[in-house]
Amino acid sequence: MDPAAAPIDFRTDPSRYKHWKLTFENGVAYLTMDVNEDGGLKPGYKLKLNSYDLGVDIELADAVQRLRFEHPEIGAVVIRSQRDRIFCSGANINMLGLSTHDHKVNFCKFTNETRLSIEDASIHSGQTYICSINGIAAGGGYELALACEQILLADDGSSAVSLPELPLLAVLPGTGGLTRLVDKRMVRRDHADFFCTTAEGMRGKRARDWRLVDQLIPPSKLVEQTQKIAEEIAAKSSRSKHAKGIALPTVERRIEGDTLRYANLTVEIDREGRSAKFRLNGPAAAPPSDVHAAGAAFWPLALAREFDDAMMHLRLNETEIGTWVLTSQGDAALVEAYDALLAKNSGDWLVREIVLYWKRTLKRLDVSSRSLIALIEPGSCFTGTLLEVALAADRSYMLDGVFEGSNLPAATLRLTSMNFGPYPMGNGLTRLTTRFLYDPSLVDDLKGEIGEALDAAAAEEAGLVTFTPDDIDWEDEVRLAVEERAGFSPDGLIGMEANLRFPGPETMETKIFARLSAWQNWIFQRPNATGPEGALKLYGTGKQSKYDRKRA
Amino acid sequence: MAIDYSQLIPNNVDLSSDRRLQRALENWQPRFLDWWKDMGPDGTSAYDVYLRTAISTDSNGWANFGYVKMPEYRWGIFLADRDPDRQIAFGDNKGKPAWQDVPGELRSTLRRLIVTQGDTEPASVEQQRLLGKTAPSLYDLRNLFQINVEEGRHLWAMVYLLHAYFGRDGREEAEAMLERHSGDPDKPRILGAFNEATPDWLSFFMFTYFTDRDGKYQLASLAESGFDPLARSCRFMLTEEAHHMFVGETGVGRILQRTCELMKEHKTDDVRSLGGIDLPTIQKYLNFHFSVSLDLFGQEASTNAANYYTQGVKGRFLETRVDDDHLLVNATYEIETVEDGRIVRKAVPALQALNERLRQDYIDDCAKGVLRWNKAIERAGINFEMKLPHRAFDRQIGAFAGLRVSPDGRVLSEAEWDAHKDKWLPTDEDRAYVTSLMGAAVTQPGQFAHWIAPPARGINNQPGDFEYVRFN
Repeated sequence: MDPAAAPIDFRTDPSRYKHWKLTFENGVAYLTMDVNEDGGLKPGYKLKLNSYDLGVDIELADAVQRLRFEHPEIGAVVIRSQRDRIFCSGANINMLGLSTHDHKVNFCKFTNETRLSIEDASIHSGQTYICSINGIAAGGGYELALACEQILLADDGSSAVSLPELPLLAVLPGTGGLTRLVDKRMVRRDHADFFCTTAEGMRGKRARDWRLVDQLIPPSKLVEQTQKIAEEIAAKSSRSKHAKGIALPTVERRIEGDTLRYANLTVEIDREGRSAKFRLNGPAAAPPSDVHAAGAAFWPLALAREFDDAMMHLRLNETEIGTWVLTSQGDAALVEAYDALLAKNSGDWLVREIVLYWKRTLKRLDVSSRSLIALIEPGSCFTGTLLEVALAADRSYMLDGVFEGSNLPAATLRLTSMNFGPYPMGNGLTRLTTRFLYDPSLVDDLKGEIGEALDAAAAEEAGLVTFTPDDIDWEDEVRLAVEERAGFSPDGLIGMEANLRFPGPETMETKIFARLSAWQNWIFQRPNATGPEGALKLYGTGKQSKYDRKRA
Repeated sequence: MAIDYSQLIPNNVDLSSDRRLQRALENWQPRFLDWWKDMGPDGTSAYDVYLRTAISTDSNGWANFGYVKMPEYRWGIFLADRDPDRQIAFGDNKGKPAWQDVPGELRSTLRRLIVTQGDTEPASVEQQRLLGKTAPSLYDLRNLFQINVEEGRHLWAMVYLLHAYFGRDGREEAEAMLERHSGDPDKPRILGAFNEATPDWLSFFMFTYFTDRDGKYQLASLAESGFDPLARSCRFMLTEEAHHMFVGETGVGRILQRTCELMKEHKTDDVRSLGGIDLPTIQKYLNFHFSVSLDLFGQEASTNAANYYTQGVKGRFLETRVDDDHLLVNATYEIETVEDGRIVRKAVPALQALNERLRQDYIDDCAKGVLRWNKAIERAGINFEMKLPHRAFDRQIGAFAGLRVSPDGRVLSEAEWDAHKDKWLPTDEDRAYVTSLMGAAVTQPGQFAHWIAPPARGINNQPGDFEYVRFN
């Protein structure tokens, strides 16, 4: 980003949406896309034909999030377009052409997280997404549809779905399109090959026969049929139809120079060292008796929202801050009490949402393309849910003993039941299982340690931390680790970290991020896409791209 | 059932020895006839109509007149003669030999263009299928049918290309062209203007003058295509399209003439009380059809148009007569567009402005007929001038969409627009009045409805009371 420009703010609410309308009827929410051409996040491009930029997706992500927390009565969500004969034409090409490489990648990553959160809502929250396509769903437009559980297509001879990126732009669909095609919808690979090389895509019967869409509906009946299908799905939903949602007010934060202050989180940026120190604060008091009454102020939810916002802010607006140092501060017993409450009330819709949100927030940490170093110091509270943050780090340093002259007790770690299931990574495994791939029985052994305060020696013994320097070595060890990190090539680090962070099985999710990072980012750098005569650069000028014909 | 193609389908594409084409047409031809019976001119199968049939492309072959029952019309397939040395005249492939086959990488682009063009041909037949019931004369009825069968032939021309060059996809697209229907909420025609109703003869003449002229310009730019069979097809279609616009221009002219006669004879402007169509109403219809037709040219700044040009797929109007490098890589072109709610002129890259350039050629062409109409009004001693509205008036597509602009090009507030729009565009009342004039068809040779003047001369120099249609 241009440092002089205003930072991109991820905080919004429906009253401020420029591009989406959110309406409700009979247990169904309708998310209607009507992109304001002149409402781009940056100058220099018009968002024509329901094309989108990051600003459009920020609103979508906000809507998806609010639907889960503010609308327990909603069991189905319909994504559709306000426009005649155009559903969505995907990411705005001129925006991509004008964007820096890191912005493009960050944009793709965010849109991917939003699509995954849509799937998460369908699969785990009983809020099933249905896509109703009238007109053209091209590129990112079809990828948005692919994130939904059902795709309904107007059968009017012109409505079509397409992934024209390769033939038109010499890049790949950047939001999981290829992967979802074959992995989620299980489109036959030869069909997928033909489809992805056909710029205009497919419509009607062939689109349905090839599994690209689920149903064809005559356009005159599209609205009512969509409604009928959505209402049937909503009626069967596991959500609490008569519950009352909780409001998600704007996350409050103050940016004071290089410090970002939230109620439960502080982030201090060290520009010199190109690092940012997160301090996650534990709860100030015992859990309330009524989670619903506490609403957005309920500590686990408040902290997740703040942590999420801070990560997005740093990702987009602080791209040179390459190392995130993760610390915590608070009373481990209180964190443990909160975890117990979450575990005990897992059947409550709101608690379920909060736990799912922590899962997504931790996944966001996993894929943030930053070096993650956890510092476990006296006074910290890496317990249960918060321990996951330390387990997400590439390395952790735990102080053995106490600091001289400090009255804080020695640092300890504490496992809770939340470390054994509710927060799987993108690979489908918990962070502990991923950590101990070489011996899964170690994870079972650790269940016996639940609730124990593990000091540095015990934590090292249990394999939960990387290094345990004492107070004499601590400062140097930590400083060297962070400084050394800042010296390496950021690209190399991103690649290495991504390779090492996700051992174990591949899932659709890991494939999406890995392929995005590996293939798409490689292609984004290649002259055939972004060189002066590359397809992405020349798109819209009428000039034909000149390809380097070598197969690399 | 073996079909004698040379008899049934006059052609110059060697149909009788092309098995692939025969197979495709065997399937398609019966469907086309079903479509004609279902969606073509209503209740006309038994009529003998004095029609022109093309049986070859030379000057005495393309205009054979005789009585034909329309379902038996011999829809032929004709391409303009091939120039073996023809080169692509523009874009990246400039100077290379014209393609006789579809280049792989342009397959879907060409197919889309051909389908979009082809789709308009049957669409107008569907739009006009009920007009025969209210024809103002046998002469007009015959012209309507001539246009209908030729639009049918133009569909054939495009279907031929799809069948001959685009394999299975082409065959599927050809079928889909018979499945979409004008104004059908579930399977509409591709372009908006071709889903509007043509409810009366004033609309029909305006449509053939303004909307068929868009067709002329699209065909003319496709006639420049590097894909030679498409270029040759379109060149031959253009000769027929000219007649359609002639019907439109003389049709509007004859209504104007009759209106002026009534005004002079009765010394009044109140033509409606005399059963004529008053000049302001005709102007409103003109405004409507002109702006709808302008929309057909697409966006002012168009990536597609730029790509079509660079790829050598679709050229400019009379490309080879334009004096420039025919690459346009660094050229600019001045267009009118909208900035901050104002209409401004600005220079933009010429490649992206090709739609606008074509639109400008079209506007210049439209103005010629308006000039002739005004000369006739002037000769009649009436002080009234028909005007083309500003290009920004009542547009639904492109930069001017949603902007409120008066016919003389002033940007208006919503309130100003609301206060005046009934003076500029046909109201429900205007349409009801024009519809009320459309009585039962006039079927006596040499007779004409009250609101339209006879033509200056007959078709193929036939006398004024010639029986152009026999109802049997």
